[in-house]
Amino acid sequence: MSEMNPNPVNTGQHEPAPTVESPQRRRLIGAAGAAAGLAIAPGVMLIEVAHGRPEDQPASSAVRWGMLVDATKCATGCNDCVTACSTENGWTPIGESAHPKQAPQWIRKLELQDPLTQMETNLPMMCQHCAEPPCVDVCPTGASFKRADGIVLVNRHTCIGCRYCMMACPYKARSLVHEQLNDTQKADVPRGIGCVESCTFCVQKVDRGDGTTACVEACTASGHNALVFGDLNDPDSEISRKLREIPTKQVRADLNLNLGVRYHGI
Amino acid sequence: MASITFREVEGSSLKYWLLFGGLGLFVLFGALSWNYMHHYGHVVTGMDNQIVWGLPHVFAVFLIVAASGALNVASIASVFNKPMYKPLAPLSAILAIALMLGGLLVLVLDLGRSDRLIVAMTHFNFKSMFTWNVFLYSGFFALVGIYLWTMLDRTVKSYSKAAGTAAFIWRLVLTTGTGSLFGFLVARELYGTAMLAPMFIIMSFAYGLAVYLMVLAAAYSWTGRVLGDTVMQRLRYLLAVFVAAVLYFVVTYHMTNLYFTKFHAVEAFILRDGGIFTTLFWFGQILVGCVIPLVILLTSLGKQRSWIMIACALVILGGILQMYVTIIGAQAYPLDLFPGMTVKSSFFDGVVNSYAPSVPELFLGLGGVAIALLVTTFAVKVLRLLPESLDDATVAKLEH
Repeated sequence: MSEMNPNPVNTGQHEPAPTVESPQRRRLIGAAGAAAGLAIAPGVMLIEVAHGRPEDQPASSAVRWGMLVDATKCATGCNDCVTACSTENGWTPIGESAHPKQAPQWIRKLELQDPLTQMETNLPMMCQHCAEPPCVDVCPTGASFKRADGIVLVNRHTCIGCRYCMMACPYKARSLVHEQLNDTQKADVPRGIGCVESCTFCVQKVDRGDGTTACVEACTASGHNALVFGDLNDPDSEISRKLREIPTKQVRADLNLNLGVRYHGI
Repeated sequence: MASITFREVEGSSLKYWLLFGGLGLFVLFGALSWNYMHHYGHVVTGMDNQIVWGLPHVFAVFLIVAASGALNVASIASVFNKPMYKPLAPLSAILAIALMLGGLLVLVLDLGRSDRLIVAMTHFNFKSMFTWNVFLYSGFFALVGIYLWTMLDRTVKSYSKAAGTAAFIWRLVLTTGTGSLFGFLVARELYGTAMLAPMFIIMSFAYGLAVYLMVLAAAYSWTGRVLGDTVMQRLRYLLAVFVAAVLYFVVTYHMTNLYFTKFHAVEAFILRDGGIFTTLFWFGQILVGCVIPLVILLTSLGKQRSWIMIACALVILGGILQMYVTIIGAQAYPLDLFPGMTVKSSFFDGVVNSYAPSVPELFLGLGGVAIALLVTTFAVKVLRLLPESLDDATVAKLEH
C-alpha cells in the first residue's frame, strides 16, 4: 500500500530522554519502545486498510488491482475458488442450477491439455480486468465500465441486457442472468434478471479494505497458494514482487489488452 | 416525360382485411412472445451464456439489412436519374421504413431489460458501434421520411433529389454500421474484419430488392393493377447482379480465411464439420440463397414471373440462413483462449455449442416481419404510393 501513511505511532526513539538515566536504562527503554512499535505498526496498518475507501471518495488510479495465478500450484479437482466466489457473491453453484447452460459463472476452473505432450494444466478463468476492455468499448449505454483502480464492472442500473459485451469478451467471462434470482442474494452484491455480470474482483471486499478476494482467501486457506491479489502499481506489494520474480503470461496476449490477471505456468 | 397517376389501394375487400388480420395475428403472437420472455427472462429461450444472440437477432439483423436495401429502387430513381424507377420509388421508401421498424422492434424486445429502452436512448458510449447504430437508425427514419414527403407532396418535390441523395448516403453508412456490429468484435474468429461492412451492404442490395419485388408483385396482383414485364425483367437482372455479388463476397471472405492457418479450424467448422451450420451454409446460404436464384434469374426460367417470385423467396430464405450461419454459427464455435490446447470446464469451454430456438423466439422474429408488412399494407391504403398502372406502355413512355 504505497499511498498509505506508514506507522504514525512512534517507536519511542523520538521521545524526550529522561534527565538522569543510565545508558543501560536508556537502551532498555529504546528496545522496549522499538519492540512495542514493531508490534503496533502492523496493527495500525491493518486498521487503515480495514477502513477501506470512504464512500464519498472515488476509486484512485494510484492503485491497479490485479491477480497472479500460479497454474503450477492450482490443484486438479480443487474447486475452492469457485465455491468461495459463489458464496461471497451469491450466485448459484453450477451443480445446483436447473439450467446449467444459462446459469451465470463468475469464475470457472479450466482443464487444459497439450494434445502433443499430454501435459495437463489447471487454472481458474474469470474476468481478466483488462486495461483496454473490449466489453467497455462495445457497451452502448456505458454500463460496462472500468474503475480508476482497474476493476471492470457492470452498472446494474444502466445495463439493458443487450449482451454485446458477451459477444466482445475474448475470455467468455460474462454471463447474463437468465431468470429470476432466488433469495440467496447478498446485500452488497447487486444482481438482477436481464443484466450481464462477471467477476468484480470482490469489489465490495476491496472497498471494505479487505485487500483480497474470496477466491484468493479460499485458495490460501486450502494451502495451495496459487492465487495472489494486490496492487500492481505498488512495487512493494506481494503481487508485484512475485511478478518480478517469476515468468508470467497474459491469456490471448496477442490482443494486447493489458490484463489485470497474469498466469504463471501456462 | 409521361405523368404517372398514384392512387391508394382501396383496401375494403375481404382479401385486404384477411391479409391485415392475418398479419395482425402474427404481430399479436410476437407481442405475446415478448411478454412471455420478458416475464420469465431469457431462461425460456434457447439462448444461453454460449449462444447469447439467437433467432431474434437473425430476424432483426436481416430486416435491418433488407430495410436499407429496399430503399435502393428509390435511390436508382433519384440519385442515378433513371426515370423508369421513379414510379417505383414511393413503395421502396415506405418498405424501407417498415422493414427497419420491424427489425428494430425485434432487436429491442429481445433485450434482457427491454423495459430500459429509455436508458439506451439517454446514455451513450460513443465508442460503441451499437450507439452509432442508434443514431444511424433514427436518422434513417428521419431522412427516408423526408424523402418520402418530397415524393408525395408536390410543393416540396424540388427537394426530392437532395433528400434521396442524403438518404442513399445515409443508408450506405447505416449498413456499414450494421456490418461493423460484427466487424468490430475482436474476440471471435469469424468476425473482426472490415470485410463484413461491404459484404453487409451488398447483402442488403440483394435482400432488399428481393423483398421489394415480392411486395410489388403481390400488391399489383392482389389489387388487380397492371404490372408490366418491362419493370419485372429490368429488376430481375438487377437482382441477379446483386446475388452474384453476394456470392463473390462470401467466396472471397472464406478464401481469405482459408489462407491463414489460424483460421483453418473455424473454417473447417463452417465449411465441413459444423453439422447443422455446414448444412445451412452449403444448402441454405450458397445453394438456396445464391446458386438456384442465379440459375433461375439468368436462364429463360426468369422470363416467367412466377419463377422470379420463387427466386426472390429463395434469396430471402437464403439471406435468413446466411444470417443464422453468420450470427449463431460464429458463436457456436468455441472461443480459442489457449490456441493448440484442448480445454474442458463447467462453462462449456472448448466444446461446440448447440442452439435450439424456442417457439417464442421464432414468433418474436416473425412478429417483426409481420409489423413490417402490416405497416406497408396500411400505408398503401392511406397514402398514394402505388402507380395506378405499371403496364409496359406507361413505363416505356417514362424513358423517352
